[in-house]
Amino acid sequence: MLSALLVMAAIAIALGAVLGFAAIKFRVEGNPLVDKIDAILPQTQCGQCGYPGCKPYATAIAAEEADINRCPPGGEEGIQKLADLLGKEFKPFGDDMAAPKAKSVAFIDENTCIGCTLCIQACPVDAIAGAAKQMHTIIASECTGCELCVAPCPVDCISMVVIEEKITTWKWKYPVYALSPVSAS
Amino acid sequence: MRTLHQFHGGVHPPTNKAQSTRTPIAVAPLPSKLVIPFHQHVGNIAKPLVQAGDRVLKGQMIGRPQDGLSSAVHASTSGTVVSIEMDVVAHASGLPDLCAIIVPDGKDEWVPLQGLDYRSASADEVRSALRMAGVVGLGGATFPSDLKLRSGKSKVKTLVLNGAECEPYITCDDMLMRERAAEIIRGAEIMRHVLGAEEVLIGIEDNKPEAIAAMQQAAATSTDHMEVIAVPTLYPGGGAKQLIRVLTGIEVAAGVRSTELGVQCFNVATALSTYRAIQLGEPLLSRIVTVTGNISDAQNFEVLIGTPVNELVALAGVLPDTRHYIMGGPMMGIPLPAATVSVVKATNCIIAASDKLFPPAPPAMPCIRCTRCADVCPAELQPQDLYWFAKAKEFGKAQDYHLFDCIECGACSYVCPSHIPLVQYYRFAKSEIWARENDKKAADIARERHDYRQYRIEREKQEKAEKLAAKEKAALAAKEAQTADGTPAADNAAQQKIQEALALAKQQAAAAKPQNTEQLTPQQQAEIADIEARRARIHEIAQSHVEHPKE
Repeated sequence: MLSALLVMAAIAIALGAVLGFAAIKFRVEGNPLVDKIDAILPQTQCGQCGYPGCKPYATAIAAEEADINRCPPGGEEGIQKLADLLGKEFKPFGDDMAAPKAKSVAFIDENTCIGCTLCIQACPVDAIAGAAKQMHTIIASECTGCELCVAPCPVDCISMVVIEEKITTWKWKYPVYALSPVSAS
Repeated sequence: MRTLHQFHGGVHPPTNKAQSTRTPIAVAPLPSKLVIPFHQHVGNIAKPLVQAGDRVLKGQMIGRPQDGLSSAVHASTSGTVVSIEMDVVAHASGLPDLCAIIVPDGKDEWVPLQGLDYRSASADEVRSALRMAGVVGLGGATFPSDLKLRSGKSKVKTLVLNGAECEPYITCDDMLMRERAAEIIRGAEIMRHVLGAEEVLIGIEDNKPEAIAAMQQAAATSTDHMEVIAVPTLYPGGGAKQLIRVLTGIEVAAGVRSTELGVQCFNVATALSTYRAIQLGEPLLSRIVTVTGNISDAQNFEVLIGTPVNELVALAGVLPDTRHYIMGGPMMGIPLPAATVSVVKATNCIIAASDKLFPPAPPAMPCIRCTRCADVCPAELQPQDLYWFAKAKEFGKAQDYHLFDCIECGACSYVCPSHIPLVQYYRFAKSEIWARENDKKAADIARERHDYRQYRIEREKQEKAEKLAAKEKAALAAKEAQTADGTPAADNAAQQKIQEALALAKQQAAAAKPQNTEQLTPQQQAEIADIEARRARIHEIAQSHVEHPKE
């Protein structure tokens, strides 16, 4: 009886030591869930969620401090993906959130730009080229359309231009059938 | 006799080819204007080389290929470029693309042409010539041919020439083989030479006996090992993978290029264009187009690239009840957004569609899981599963079921008893997946740039703090030094520097000799002495004035 208890205790201690060692040796740095959430977020870094970027929002979602329906650029599809990942219910956009907009890029009216660099400081992805008292311009291919540069401009020379569909970006549409009226008889 | 193999599935739609093979290929007259898109090939759009108002010659390059995957675009006849503008092109989207509008001058004046002896030229020279001649795959895919004339990791052993032309209504390759077999064979010889292939297999469906006979006769004149093979008529036997399977028994697996298995496949019309581009130096300016369907005299035309479709169909007598036009065949073709779009390198056939000829599809009914689509699928997919996934927008699942192996042949839609437009669903799913991949790439770049910016801001802050700390430290040290020996150390050092600088300046002033002080006349010397005296006086006065307040 006693020997059985001792054997069981010895096994428990040995296994506990293995587990404890593994926990230290194979420790995961950071929260892997944050990266998974961050991968779903659209990386516009626009701050519409109330956090200073996509990563902070992802961190807040992972810590269950933020709702999953606070990212307008991600659209309803983004909410759906987050819901699937986190095992939560889909939640429509809150009333306080801006409606998702068509994808657009910022455009600087170069005739009006005074070269104040305020927009450069605001751009979260370094997509504006320019220097003090030099004309600024948007690097359209890098612009995420976050609109953060629009407000700081003292001469209101930045506008958002919706990206139009081109032949190279055109998508086949979901098949829909035209219904033809049938005479009621 | 070669043993032929079989591919999975396939269908037998009514061929409807007889209408357009009654008369030989006619040369279409010069149209009133040419609308030449700069993007007629797979890859990057060609860069315009001409401006509105320029006069161009027939065969002059008007669009230069840009970066790796691209091809050149040429003026199909001589005339004046009236504008470079966005115009509706032959594309399913109906969206405009960049085009050159050329009004022909009727002279059809050529640029000087320079052929190339491919036997003495290097393979790279031949490929470059093809690229600059704008030669692309004329079977409909318009992939730049120069890029296909490369052996991959393994050497290409077999060159397959595709003359199967399996799609209903289309007869352009058939007529081309009947009438211009010799030129096709010469082109095949060039291709074989560049690839270093051992044999050339020419696959033609057995419903084209005249073409087979003509090609056999022409192939016999070649010194290369060429074989013209009649393959069974079965749609889509003209698909590259399917034809390779039938002729060689090689199954080209998903995600594998046929060149890796030692086989390359070209359309017969591409071979002819290759011959003209290399041997004669003629760029790709025209192609054979079948004009058929709701047409009184259906036939094939040799048409200049850029000819408006409405001018072309008028030549063949289009019937009044035509509803719209289809580019390509009834199985894989796309409805043209307008009759004013122009013939491009991909236009193998124009079908005038009427309600009688192509009645509108009956409404789609629910899938009854009969799996007839799976029976006919030449890519051995499960079309019914793909349909469910595409419909539910479960794109990841669709990819798991090899959506991208689908060649969009339409055999599944053809046999579907519920008339479900299956291919439309697959096209929708494919373009959604591509768009998502692009979005993902853009998001990854944005994340990287944002992270780097954060890091940079942090680094700058740190550097600033360090600099400030160093400055403060230096100030502190100076203060300590001052309290130690009673004199401000920093001031001492500064004073010393000033003294040094003054001494240096004096030295320099002494070393510098005033110019032009020798060989002066006595009169000039007297004048100088006078001025010096005045200067000394003024100096004295000034000195006394300055010192005055001190007293």
